[in-house]
Amino acid sequence: MLRYIGKRLLQLIPVLLGMTFVVFMIIRAIPGNPAQVILGQLATKEAIEALEIKLGLDQPWYTQYFDYLIGLFQGDLGESMRTVQPVANEIWPYLAATFELALFAVIIAVIIGVNAGIISAWFQNSWFDYLAMVIALIGVSMPIFWLGLMEQWLFGIELQWLPTSGREEVRNPVSAITNLYVLDTILQGRFDQLGQVLKHLVLPGIALATIPMAIIARMTRSSMLEVMRSDFIRTARAKGQKMFWVVYKHALKNAIIPVLTVIGLQMGLLLGGAILTETIFSWPGIGRYIYDAIQYRDYPVIQSGILVVAFMFVMINLFVDILYGLVDPRIKYD
Amino acid sequence: MGKKRIWSFLLLMLVALSVVLAACNSSESGTEKENEGTKDNGSTSTGDKVLVFGRGGDSTSLDPSTVTEGESFKVTKNIYETLLNFGEQDTTIHEGLATKWEPSEDGLTYTFTLREGVKFHDGTDFNAEAVVKNFERWANGSEDKFPYYKSMFGGFKGEEGHVIESVTAEGDYTVVFKLTRAQAPFLKNIAMSPFAIASPTAFEKDGEKFGDNPVGTGPFKFVEWKRNDSITIEKFDGYWDEALPKLDKVIFRSIPDNSARLNDLLNGAIDLADGINPADGTTVEGDSSLQLFERPSMNVGYLGLTTTRPPFDNVKVRQALNYAIDKEAIVEAFFEGRAEIAKNPLPSSISGFNDDITGYEYNPEKAKELLAEAGFADGFEMELWAMPVPRPYMPDGKKVAEAIQKNLEDIGVKAEIVSYEWATYLDKASKGEADAFLLGWTGDNGDADNFIYVLLDGDNIGSNNYTYYDNKDLHKILIEAQTEVDEDKRNELYKQAQEIIFEDAPWVPLAHSTPLLAGKADIVDFYPHPTGSDLLSQVDFK
Repeated sequence: MLRYIGKRLLQLIPVLLGMTFVVFMIIRAIPGNPAQVILGQLATKEAIEALEIKLGLDQPWYTQYFDYLIGLFQGDLGESMRTVQPVANEIWPYLAATFELALFAVIIAVIIGVNAGIISAWFQNSWFDYLAMVIALIGVSMPIFWLGLMEQWLFGIELQWLPTSGREEVRNPVSAITNLYVLDTILQGRFDQLGQVLKHLVLPGIALATIPMAIIARMTRSSMLEVMRSDFIRTARAKGQKMFWVVYKHALKNAIIPVLTVIGLQMGLLLGGAILTETIFSWPGIGRYIYDAIQYRDYPVIQSGILVVAFMFVMINLFVDILYGLVDPRIKYD
Repeated sequence: MGKKRIWSFLLLMLVALSVVLAACNSSESGTEKENEGTKDNGSTSTGDKVLVFGRGGDSTSLDPSTVTEGESFKVTKNIYETLLNFGEQDTTIHEGLATKWEPSEDGLTYTFTLREGVKFHDGTDFNAEAVVKNFERWANGSEDKFPYYKSMFGGFKGEEGHVIESVTAEGDYTVVFKLTRAQAPFLKNIAMSPFAIASPTAFEKDGEKFGDNPVGTGPFKFVEWKRNDSITIEKFDGYWDEALPKLDKVIFRSIPDNSARLNDLLNGAIDLADGINPADGTTVEGDSSLQLFERPSMNVGYLGLTTTRPPFDNVKVRQALNYAIDKEAIVEAFFEGRAEIAKNPLPSSISGFNDDITGYEYNPEKAKELLAEAGFADGFEMELWAMPVPRPYMPDGKKVAEAIQKNLEDIGVKAEIVSYEWATYLDKASKGEADAFLLGWTGDNGDADNFIYVLLDGDNIGSNNYTYYDNKDLHKILIEAQTEVDEDKRNELYKQAQEIIFEDAPWVPLAHSTPLLAGKADIVDFYPHPTGSDLLSQVDFK
């Protein structure tokens, strides 16, 4: 097992290296000059040239790339051109905000999606099955922007149940320790704030969960349907076991592998930051951080931001692969 | 058997759901009361007056001298003060940290008398020494550190263009500025947010990190900055005007989406919202719990015609386009009428505005005649660039472009609408790659020079003069006006300049918009400033 993990981690290196190269080349291919953007519209040509030299933009691309790589190996993610802060210091609060929201959304998506999928498969062709699958189809094709604004209107303005944006009640701010606010408020014993933080998670969480939920439900259903037709299910039922246990214990265990894969992929995608959800709900996450950086041509932030996101994505997938073995003892890693 | 199972399952889920909802609701009722409290008088449970101000973006730095974008100044305006202030809702000059200022006859020496008894938030005394140290810090810098210093004062120590020869302290409360040449908008420049006086103790100690721990003399002091999320400032107890500020705390929140920001206002999460869509103006006016604020216009939205690209190198073609476009219809449809129809490159509130210019009326017949004279009786094909982002001076670039496209079709010109991502758009336009492009400008200091010279002089080709328009006579007038200290003579020069620009028609000026803000009905004494940075010391809740 450890050997397997080690091997997978080693495989990471070429993947991430290749990615730094692709990202590096793409962002330099788009027009727009960071020095011009930083100095503003009134800047003179001399000043722009001077700043280009200071930022190393006058060097040939391969020199810039290798300088960047050398920095990376020393654990230096670079410095934001716009805010003049090290990216490594800046990135954590954004990543934490995204992580908290993504985890919340995945939990919602898994609980509802998996159960809906199971019940649909169990009662195949019942009205519940049809209804759930129609909802799932709508869910996959829902424009998140519209859904978000409708949620805000209904739950935020008409019913006044839930806050419409941000991570916290700004008039009663959370003092950050880990920047995972749910954890922070618990650590500080501020349960009044915990309630507020959870409420702030609900609307963006639902908006973000919609698509994964639908995908997970459909995947669970099809995978379960296949398993439910197999012989051991018939045997289990023949010996008189309760249907509930047949479905949730025997069938689910055998149907869960493809579902796990989908969950892992979705979690990875959500960690990349959902730019639309983060924009509508003013969520200070990694997606908006990188998106803003693109507008400012803040090369180090774009490069390192995407690198960190990709790293998380690969790690989640590794984690899922390891989970396979725990769920299904037939899968061995050697 | 299937049916029965479904029902028991659904029942189970219903029970689970109601438990969750009940839990939600109980935590709800607790905070609901707090929310109600804030709705009534903007105060939290502790009785503090807190104003939450929602805006489109985060600040870049809280050291105003190092930045050029308005979202930073919105905050620093309340943390720092400048030697001179702009008027409440205009750009006339009023006292600030200086109570008196006297220019010499030749306009080369300015003597400022400073306010006494002022302290920085860190306890440092504000005096002539502090002012000198601030100006020395800037003069010894470079353009990438202090971009506005360069553009407003011509350069840095030792450079030829540098306007400020020396800044010296005479006693504790007198500062003398000596200039290398007269600069007409000098006092207006001094009043600009980037030249706010910071605590020398603080910037000497923090160096480049000063922007994270800003210290000024302003009515509010810095508390906390959660990037891309919120900036909190609170009342400075040692403020020299003991009656101010009236609020205890101001929280600036970044809410990028305009509709979401309005939703937050309706929901009560924020008290004041910047950047309201013109289309939402009537909604706000119709809501008795809200009020609409209009920011006096100090901008221009225009269609630029790149004068080096055929056929726009022909003045008749440019004039024809001016006649062809129905500005009134555009202002009515896309600015919801909340804009002044433009005829000059600067809005009428700025001194030097030439009201004698009639502007080009909407006259497609005349446009066709001019095109025929220019040898394009059958029209031509062109690219029409539409801004990809909304800006106060251009709320919806794509729609405006479509309206212009239709106008041009009427005179036989086929325009293809093109758009790029914003930074790319500006980059390509500044290289002269566009035939015709939508763009605009918001003034920095309310001076005519800040519009005409910056946007249309040959010196600024490659930066803000996107049309590559270069008229030598105009250049002479504009340079003369920069050093002309006599206000009447100077205005006369700008009037001449506008006549030349009118004839040459490098732009189709479209509109001077009135940006909208919305706030709770109980906010009083909030006066949006045309520069876009609002001083909140007077603001209060009824």
